Amino acid sequence: MTTIDASAAESGYMVRAKNVHKSFGSLEVLKGITLDVRSGEVMTLLGPSGSGKSTFLRLINHLETLSAGQLSVDGELVGYRRANNKLYELREHEIAAMRARIGMVFQRFNLFPHMTVLQNIMEAPIGVLRQPRDQVRKRAEALLDRVGLADKRDAYPSTLSGGQQQRVAIARALAMEPRLMLFDEPTSALDPELVGEVLEVMKDLARSGMTMVVVTHEIGFAREVADSVVFMDDGVVVEAGTPQEVLVNPQHPRTQNFISKVL
Amino acid sequence: MTAAILAASSDDVETLQVVRLRHPWRWVSYAVVAVLVAMLVSSLLTNQNYGWPVVAEYFFSSRILRGLLATLWLTALAMLVGVVLGVVLAVMRLSRNPMLRSVSTAYIWFFRGTPVFVQLLFWGYISALYPRLSLGVPFGPELVAFDTNLLITPVAAAILGLGLNEGAYMGEIVRAGVEAVDKGQVEASQALGMRRTRILRRIVLPQAMRVIVPPMANNTISMLKSTSLVSVLAFPELLYSAQLIYSENFLTVPLLITASIWYLLVTSVLTVGQHYVERYFGRGTAA
Ligand SMILES: Nc1ncnc2c1ncn2[C@@H]1O[C@H](COP(=O)(O)OP(=O)(O)O)[C@@H](O)[C@H]1O
Ligand SMILES: [Mg+2]
Repeated sequence: MTTIDASAAESGYMVRAKNVHKSFGSLEVLKGITLDVRSGEVMTLLGPSGSGKSTFLRLINHLETLSAGQLSVDGELVGYRRANNKLYELREHEIAAMRARIGMVFQRFNLFPHMTVLQNIMEAPIGVLRQPRDQVRKRAEALLDRVGLADKRDAYPSTLSGGQQQRVAIARALAMEPRLMLFDEPTSALDPELVGEVLEVMKDLARSGMTMVVVTHEIGFAREVADSVVFMDDGVVVEAGTPQEVLVNPQHPRTQNFISKVL
Repeated sequence: MTAAILAASSDDVETLQVVRLRHPWRWVSYAVVAVLVAMLVSSLLTNQNYGWPVVAEYFFSSRILRGLLATLWLTALAMLVGVVLGVVLAVMRLSRNPMLRSVSTAYIWFFRGTPVFVQLLFWGYISALYPRLSLGVPFGPELVAFDTNLLITPVAAAILGLGLNEGAYMGEIVRAGVEAVDKGQVEASQALGMRRTRILRRIVLPQAMRVIVPPMANNTISMLKSTSLVSVLAFPELLYSAQLIYSENFLTVPLLITASIWYLLVTSVLTVGQHYVERYFGRGTAA
């Protein structure tokens, strides 16, 4: 059995998944996923509903525990510490510390409704990273500017449109200065006319060199900014490659079928 | 063709007079209530048995005011014990540790399932059951020991009795509040690297408060009057103070009225307070 070693980070991989399995009870949702995400790479994950895309993202962030296989982020095993040739399950604060450096954006935004936009963004840098308030405030305001919502800093989330809420959610994740950003269908809950503004922010982020794993049905986004496209179905990777390879010349009939439906 | 009909009818509508819907029964209800209120006021004013001068005499008397003060702080302390215990019980109930879940369930079962009156008596007479209370190694040597009567005074028995009972009810109220918070809130917090206690304190409980506050206010008002049960412990709160006075002068009705007016006043203040607390915890929710 080979284990992923610390040199993975040096060799430029942000996420390495090797034969990852995940079951919920008797339901096997992921049936051996093997894929690598390089540092700075933008990967889009496509696949029909129920194919296990969200589950895979949640495993990377340890919101679910692995059933079998190996998964590492930035050279560190997800959920385990390796010592004396044994794997020790991480304690809660160790898991939390790992998550603090991975940003996640949800389909349903999940902003904190009882906090203003600025408070949403500042909560974790102050409470988790223990950074000084003034410094965090400056960064939060700069991020709001970047996502085009500087004038909404004191608004409550419920007063914002879906597109604005999602942009705040992205700013909130970025305020933790993550090394990796996970997006789970970030535009699927939005009215069609609001999708563009969120995709613009994500494209800007991709161009800035952020490592991103994006589950989306936005083929345009995948074609324009993704370095790689992975097509998943029924818990396995059916096809992976460049956007050109997977989106334009898909080899597998299941991929062809899916692409023709979402285009 | 449809458009033509619409256009034609809207022309007509502009020229027609609007007849407002009438509410005759509303007027009937105003009349009935006005008559009933008039009868009540007249009876209150003319029936000498109410003894309003006596009410006025005792309303600000020192014994009544001392009783009122005792009722207020007993309510506050018992609710404090109840709320803190309620949060602990709710967290235990929602924990992944099956032992903690069982302990919480058993506690709530027992304290909701027996009369609070009996619980108060139990704490009042605990020294008969356990004359001495001691701290030490279980089944081993004891380190310190107390005379139960010195430790569990009538005041302590009252706070324990009411607070521990309230905790069982608050436990269920807090649990319902926590469960009403969207699971996505916890996930988003976890994804930001927040830990369980922080998520509970900063994210979940503030949102749960919207569901918790109305029944909690209800229980506080209920507690205000439940404190009168501690008269069995010879603790002079508001109602017991009134009872002590009328046992001397036999002016039963006026003194009961005096106490009741105070209860009504305090309840009114609490109701106004509830409004502001609800508004505070409702911030950020679309109106
Ligand atoms: N916590 C869970 N318990 C049981 N089944 C789950 C759970 N989470 C996801 N699943 C199941 O796993 C499968 C894959 O889900 P998901 O990863 O959300 O797919 P996708 O995001 O590709 O639509 C679905 O059949 C779903 O019902
Ligand atoms: Mg999904």
